[in-house]
Amino acid sequence: MNLTSIDWLIMALYFIFVLGIGFAVKRNLKTSTDFFLAGRSLPAWICGLAFISANLGAQEVIGMAASGAKYGIATSHFYWIGAIPAMVFVGVFMMPFYYGSRARSVPEYLRLRFDEKTRGLNAISFATMTVFSSGISMYAMAKLIQTLHIFDAPLKALGLSPSLTFHVSVIISALIVLAYIFLGGLTSAIYNEVLQFFLIVAGFLPLVLLGLRNVGGWSGIKAQLPASYTHSWQGMGSAHTNPLGVEWFGLVMGLGFVLSFGYWCTDFLVVQRAMAAESMSAARRTPLIAALPKMLFPFLVILPGLIAVSLPTASVQTSNPGMRTLAEQRSGRGLIPVKVDETTGLAKLDTNGNPILDYDLAIPNMLLHYFPTGILGLGLTALLASFMSGMAGNVTAFNTVWTYDIYQSYIRKHAPDAHYLWMGRMATVFGVALSVAAAYAATRFNNIMDFLQLVFAFVNAPLFATFLLGMFWKRTTGHGAFAGLLSGTAAAALHHGLTLPVGAVVGIKGGWLATVHTYPSEMAQNFWTAIWAWTACFVITILVSVITKPRKEEELAGLVYSLTERTRDEHLPWYQRPAWLGAGVLSLALILNIVFW
Amino acid sequence: MGLDIRLPIGLLFSVVGALLVGYGALSNKAIYERSLGFNINLAWGVVVLLFGATMLILGSRGTKNRLAGGTRTRGSAGDASAGDKLDARSSR
Repeated sequence: MNLTSIDWLIMALYFIFVLGIGFAVKRNLKTSTDFFLAGRSLPAWICGLAFISANLGAQEVIGMAASGAKYGIATSHFYWIGAIPAMVFVGVFMMPFYYGSRARSVPEYLRLRFDEKTRGLNAISFATMTVFSSGISMYAMAKLIQTLHIFDAPLKALGLSPSLTFHVSVIISALIVLAYIFLGGLTSAIYNEVLQFFLIVAGFLPLVLLGLRNVGGWSGIKAQLPASYTHSWQGMGSAHTNPLGVEWFGLVMGLGFVLSFGYWCTDFLVVQRAMAAESMSAARRTPLIAALPKMLFPFLVILPGLIAVSLPTASVQTSNPGMRTLAEQRSGRGLIPVKVDETTGLAKLDTNGNPILDYDLAIPNMLLHYFPTGILGLGLTALLASFMSGMAGNVTAFNTVWTYDIYQSYIRKHAPDAHYLWMGRMATVFGVALSVAAAYAATRFNNIMDFLQLVFAFVNAPLFATFLLGMFWKRTTGHGAFAGLLSGTAAAALHHGLTLPVGAVVGIKGGWLATVHTYPSEMAQNFWTAIWAWTACFVITILVSVITKPRKEEELAGLVYSLTERTRDEHLPWYQRPAWLGAGVLSLALILNIVFW
Repeated sequence: MGLDIRLPIGLLFSVVGALLVGYGALSNKAIYERSLGFNINLAWGVVVLLFGATMLILGSRGTKNRLAGGTRTRGSAGDASAGDKLDARSSR
């Protein structure tokens, strides 16, 4: 890749500002609440943008464009069905309990509502997951920088081998994220997430505009691709008539209900951003404000994937050999190259002997294809920003859960506040160190998103059943919640062990106990794993709750719907009322579903 | 008193926008073959610059109001007192 001084300058400016924000915020950081919860003082629009930006990591930008290229506009289900309804639900119905209960984290809410063991289980599994997710983000970034040869020239200039790119990328990204969170805690992370949000829009919007102009707009894409690529719901009647390989029930229940609500309503990574809000009203508006740009993100991250496969492969030829994209070197589909075995140099083939395409290169190849030097620096900065925001989101969630829910709960209970502030910083250091270790461990999956879905299915899917029952059924007990969570995770593992996607090899993809059912796609298997996990948790929680002793009602005030005074918002103008905002957001999502039916 | 995030965002976008505009005006037109013959650096540089300037204006107006009124305004952080109160209630 030929980067010039202006590209490097833009990237350098971004890093200077990222660190500068960390230093500027540090001056006001005095207590552990400042560090872990941004002093609960941020306005709704900042928390809202951070809410989606923290989720805008590798799996979003690279993974969604990859899925767009692989499956078409049906990928938008991850937004219009798989995010928006859950974001509205958490804002309107759940935030009063999170924010109003004064819990400092999601696991702490579980302790207030249920008991210590339920909190412990959630805290430990969540902390593990954040480290893993952060590591995957770091791995994806380093791999991408290596594939695009971004650091080759500077490394050569320093007399180092370009083969060190992966290691250098991991170390640099780890140090930058570490520095700005160490300095400014959650405020620094949130401020940087807002900056990253605008950068991602500024970097990818011109890419989409140029791409659309090139292929003749949406009608041009429709003319180039099969109908299944440009319709989100058509063919959803059966798993065999749509590219996702999943039928409407599995999609709506698995993705739209279990996985989506499990993530957006219970994952502390996002909920933490709303908890940092300055008031209950701001906390409730946070996910609703976030939902608006979120529902438009398919146009920013999925469309590039569709454009990449709409272009004829031959059209990427250029007269300048130095500027060739990876797709030109090996024939693929549009701008999507064939995956090449690094040891043999030959194309990787699937079980049917067809070459496997490297969909994860959709966005990077689009950037290289359309962007001349100058704006290329901005595009690459946007890409790096997305990786860093994903990593930072996980690291801040990790340091909070570690310090409040593990360290303060089980290791050192009554230390002065300054000690927990210190521990938060130390947790940031070893959280980042563990992420680096995870980055080196995460090497096995083709599509990052499929992998994350699997992790979410095991850990998050049962969790929403626990919250739903905990918040809306006062009879739910701690023993019930704990048994439900364990059964849900066990059900997920069991289902995964007994089923296999078609064409997959027994092992990490499933079927490791026996293959009693074969799914048409890995996605269908993931969705159904989630459905089984959620159902098992829901049923077992109810059964165990009924036979165990409930807590006294007075202890549950502010934690359960029927025992909590309703949040009044009549004094707010209509556009600030969560119910109105929620209804507006849902209506827009419905319209988008109809337009792209 | 905290940092108004609109100020650093405005500053970064203004500088990057100005750089893109300058580079777009001076660069060789041949490099725009890949962006469909469109001087994307110049055009997008203007958009980025305008956005940066708007954020700077909003941020500095917010900071000025805050200094004048002695109260916290939207977009800033740093008042930990409310959070401390919440924290004191939740720590057990």
